[in-house]
Amino acid sequence: MRFVDEYRHEHSVVRLAEALRRSVTRDWTVMEVCGGQTHAIVRFGIDALLPERLQLLHGPGCPVCVTPVELIDKAIALAMRPEVVLCSFGDMLRVPGSRDSLMTARARGADVRIVYSPLDALRLATELPGREVVFFAVGFETTAPTTAMAVYQARQRGVHNFSLLVSHVLVPPALEAILSSPERRVDGFLAAGHVCTIMGTAQYEPIARQHRVPIVVTGFEPLDILQGLYMVVRQLEEGRAEVENQYSRAVVPGGNRRAQEIIEEVFCVVPRSWRGIGSLPQSGLGLRPDYAAFDAERRFALEASGVQEDKECQSGLVLMGRLRPVDCPAFGTRCTPEHPLGATMVSSEGACAAYYRYRRA
Amino acid sequence: MELPLLCPLPAVEPTQILLTHGGGGRLMHRLIERVFAPAFASPHGETHHDGALLPPGGAARLAFTTDAYVVRPLFFPGGDIGRLAVCGTVNDLAMCGARPLYLSAAFILEEGLPLQTLEQVVGSMRQAAHEAGVEIVTGDTKVVERGRGDGLYITTAGIGLVEHGLHVAPASIRAGDAVLVSGDLGRHGVAVLAVREGLDLECPIQSDCAPLAEPVRRLLAAGLQVHCLRDLTRGGLAAALVELAEASGLSIAIDGAAVPLREEVRGACEILGLDPLQLACEGRFLCVLPEEETVRALALLGPEAAHIGRVHASTPPQVTLRGPLGAWRIVEMPSGEQLPRIC
Repeated sequence: MRFVDEYRHEHSVVRLAEALRRSVTRDWTVMEVCGGQTHAIVRFGIDALLPERLQLLHGPGCPVCVTPVELIDKAIALAMRPEVVLCSFGDMLRVPGSRDSLMTARARGADVRIVYSPLDALRLATELPGREVVFFAVGFETTAPTTAMAVYQARQRGVHNFSLLVSHVLVPPALEAILSSPERRVDGFLAAGHVCTIMGTAQYEPIARQHRVPIVVTGFEPLDILQGLYMVVRQLEEGRAEVENQYSRAVVPGGNRRAQEIIEEVFCVVPRSWRGIGSLPQSGLGLRPDYAAFDAERRFALEASGVQEDKECQSGLVLMGRLRPVDCPAFGTRCTPEHPLGATMVSSEGACAAYYRYRRA
Repeated sequence: MELPLLCPLPAVEPTQILLTHGGGGRLMHRLIERVFAPAFASPHGETHHDGALLPPGGAARLAFTTDAYVVRPLFFPGGDIGRLAVCGTVNDLAMCGARPLYLSAAFILEEGLPLQTLEQVVGSMRQAAHEAGVEIVTGDTKVVERGRGDGLYITTAGIGLVEHGLHVAPASIRAGDAVLVSGDLGRHGVAVLAVREGLDLECPIQSDCAPLAEPVRRLLAAGLQVHCLRDLTRGGLAAALVELAEASGLSIAIDGAAVPLREEVRGACEILGLDPLQLACEGRFLCVLPEEETVRALALLGPEAAHIGRVHASTPPQVTLRGPLGAWRIVEMPSGEQLPRIC
């Protein structure tokens, strides 16, 4: 398959892994931010090719994993209302709320539908004028432009039975939180290529400078990840701390201006609470006052339930790179994909799910 | 003033299924006469009897199986619920090492189903039965109210004969056995998903839905010491391998590069975030047999078949796969249906 097989070529991977091994002279710890990269690392066994002195940590880049329990409860409450059709990406359906998931809510009679794009949810709203279609808008900067476009079009076309339950979050504040933690162990980052396809690389410059940390924007295939690691290690060994772009076939420094404009039109930066991590200032997107009429929390006057995460679940530590999934006492015993304690065990980008699926002994 | 007479039977032949079609009355008999009897005519089937009387199988052992079919949409590229209902049961019999002979078919029809749809489905059943060399000899029809069914559900049961002395079952699997797959994987799963979700794939993918009685017959007729057969249905290759490992108490090592996948299936999986090993098939099977018979078995199965792995003893029993970079990973039993990812 073109544009995929080239980046999984065994011979090239072995050569690059060898170059990486030669370049490491000290102990380094690098975090891959995106859950898609985590899955590629575990699935292809990339970590087994790395030199002993280079340790990988898995980061918080799994949008499903960081969506607060409270918001999942709100989505379920909305879905149970007879007039509501709740549209969600497939990943979200198995994620446990405080009592059940959207999947079990569907079995109890809720109208929950999987969509591939927010624009599909908007189309559904026009096809079902008697119903209230709510899109559960989850994701990092990568999915924000299509969410924004759906609301923008809804307002333009006067589709009043469409609204959003918003949980969009941003990558740079999460990196700040990890770097500011007193238990900081991260020497360098692989930044998520797809996020930077939209936002560009400039946002990471102040973080690299201020925290003296190399950040390499990286793709998702084995060769991408190894090359990204090689670039981070070279910076570390040479004492540099810069933003570099490994994923140049998709990312340009300025990002996608059109996508940024539509995000800017519809959303503003707000504080958001991250599941397992807590509230982070200026870490998410919320609808601007002009679009407040499309905010489902406002339209349906949803109350905060104040529920807490399951105490046994340590997904917050996993998301911050402070606990490896296999070191969690509940992993594979009291926490499995069939009976998850937290979202990291069921999301297709969750670190616990990656280890359960590919590594369980 | 003249009052119109209310009549339960429409004067003209209805073009949709009515509740009355399931009532056991004249309309039901007309449905049997018009749709089912001509399609499934058999010397052993008695259209107007409660069951079929079948000739004895002699010294052979009998294999018996049943399966229910619910699929949305009813029609998909490469097949429909009717073809599926015949192939599925034929394949379950074939996997027991049996020669499938007779099928029963029970239909649950939803009020309002266009008669033309039913006729089309029954036509595919007839075609699939012909391909598989089986007869549909008995059946049943029920009609449920509109909104209580997805148009059409089918349950088929089947009887076959085991005419050899082999015990084709997971318990016969031995360490050192070769694991073969009869063709490329995942086309049924992608074809159904594409139609169901309205995905506009650049190259339309046809379901692999097909009866497996003939390839199995060829393997057995050649005298190969087949240890186990397993068709790949829901859960795909991953589920079938894990089931075999658990049932036999032995481990299976798979070479990822040897697993046959078409480019269009790989592409769809990359885009949607699906694991091709977990995609449903409806016309593919695993064959486990002694390593030294691999070459002969592959020749009998045809050019699409592949030798994908080997059975070995290890504790606990597990399925492992060698990836493109040489690293081994476990293959896990799928956890429910696969859900497309966010980005």
